[in-house]
Amino acid sequence: MKRSSMIAAATIASLLSGCGKDPVPSQYGPDPQLPQPKRGLLPNMTIAEPAKWADQRPTVPQGYAISAIATDLQIPRQTLLLPNGDILVAEGRGGSAPNLKPKDFIASYIKAQGTSPVKSGNRLTLLRDADGDGVYEVQTIFADNLNAPYGLALVNGSIFVANQDAIVRFEYQDGQTQASGRPVKVTDLPSAINHHWTKALAASADGQFLYVGIGSNSNITERGMTAEVDRAMVWQVDVQTGAHKPYATGLRNPTALAIQTSTNQLWAVVNERDEIGPDLVPDYLTSVRERAFYGWPYSYWGQNVDERVQPQDPDKVRSAIAPDYSLGSHVAALGVAFSTPTMGESFGDGVFVGEHGSWNRADPVGYKVVFVPFRNARPSGPPVDFVTGFRGSDGKTRGRPVGVTVDPRGALIVADDLSNTVWRVTVQKAAS
Amino acid sequence: MAVTIESRYSSSIHPLHAVLLAGTVPMFLGAALSDAEYASTYEIQWSNFASWLIVGGLVFGGVALLFAIIDLSRPTRRTPGAAVYFAVLLAAWIVGFFNALMHARDAWGSMPGGLVMSVITAVLACSATWFGFATPRIRGLR
Repeated sequence: MKRSSMIAAATIASLLSGCGKDPVPSQYGPDPQLPQPKRGLLPNMTIAEPAKWADQRPTVPQGYAISAIATDLQIPRQTLLLPNGDILVAEGRGGSAPNLKPKDFIASYIKAQGTSPVKSGNRLTLLRDADGDGVYEVQTIFADNLNAPYGLALVNGSIFVANQDAIVRFEYQDGQTQASGRPVKVTDLPSAINHHWTKALAASADGQFLYVGIGSNSNITERGMTAEVDRAMVWQVDVQTGAHKPYATGLRNPTALAIQTSTNQLWAVVNERDEIGPDLVPDYLTSVRERAFYGWPYSYWGQNVDERVQPQDPDKVRSAIAPDYSLGSHVAALGVAFSTPTMGESFGDGVFVGEHGSWNRADPVGYKVVFVPFRNARPSGPPVDFVTGFRGSDGKTRGRPVGVTVDPRGALIVADDLSNTVWRVTVQKAAS
Repeated sequence: MAVTIESRYSSSIHPLHAVLLAGTVPMFLGAALSDAEYASTYEIQWSNFASWLIVGGLVFGGVALLFAIIDLSRPTRRTPGAAVYFAVLLAAWIVGFFNALMHARDAWGSMPGGLVMSVITAVLACSATWFGFATPRIRGLR
């Protein structure tokens, strides 16, 4: 019944949107093809149909192995590797955006079909593999009663957690399995409405600043411009004082941040706007330039004006710069991590990107972890699949990748918020 | 040929039918005015109002359509004007439905098509209400 009604809805959608299969334009790299914006009367939607992994596993390249190191979590999003090899997992679901239009009620119901029904954990879970055999025998709650924790960073012996409404700090001693007390608030973060609630976090190389990714409060200003104060930007927060300033703006939803160690440069993956077609607008990976404006909401990929934003702001559009590297439209990049040479020859220089997967596209994309190769500290080629099989050829979706973290011992940690699992991909032998 | 009229009064549409039919006018008219206000101020709340007023108009108009279909199927109620009334109300409902989809677009994406469709829907709803109430129905015509 559910399935047939979904098919009926999809059929109606494809009729009303007045478009069949389009060839997917080449959308990787610094200069993606951008078709004209278009939208039928109904948006194209293909919602993940969740299924259990059972004895199946995600697919990894030859020379690599994957195992589930933690299961039955409560919506794992981002992970943090601690100096002793322990892994912290931020678990939770946030957002309190009210449904404003009839469409919001329908869309929120449909989208919920493709996510985990598990209750928000609002906690940090610690995973430990004491004997180094790849089995994380300890799975314990490090801290709870948090508010939709997402971004994590370790700076000078303190663990910083970006809740959906504030950055908080835990003092941390090596080997600790439980926080020694309630966290101390560093600074409040913009949290009214919280349409895009995730607060990504990274620390500068010198440990002086935190960078916080704050998503927009709407797809494309449909909650009004007053809701967008302090949104769609990256903040720079002083670790000592909590004082903040906007570091870069016009980044619609910067869902993960990472520092490139060779240059100390901040990088981000950003989710771009919806509802102007299956191939607009590409989500992207970019170095984040201080004081730069990346377009949202007035324009996309540089200075392509979005007519849905009124009144327009031609001066802002003229100041908008294009990001570095397109990951493809609607892939929903939610994780980014720089690799190390220990990840093997083919995957040693570049970034891993966790792609949660599309919902507003007839032909689903994402649902995998890709590797963007770098050379001379810049992206140097098309993305390569690293972990796939989250969405099977049977159309069923068993997992959705979020945060990715590189373990310099030669492993990639992948949080999966659909099956509530943390995966660990390890190098088996030197990949060639 | 003799015609016997059992009642001196013409029968208008059922009172509930009347309320629902007349109710479509302020709904669809309100949506058109809200859209006009959004178009002139860019204040997004007007667009939200319009979206809900259109849905309200569709609910009222949808039930009124059911009444109209029932009236059409009953010979004592069926008059030439009833078919015209039904057709105009159906047209208002269909345009209103597509207008609701148009209003599901984010921000200015619903414009200017949404305003045009809202005006058309409002005019059709007014016409349908006119025809619905103006149609003579003689009770007990044998």
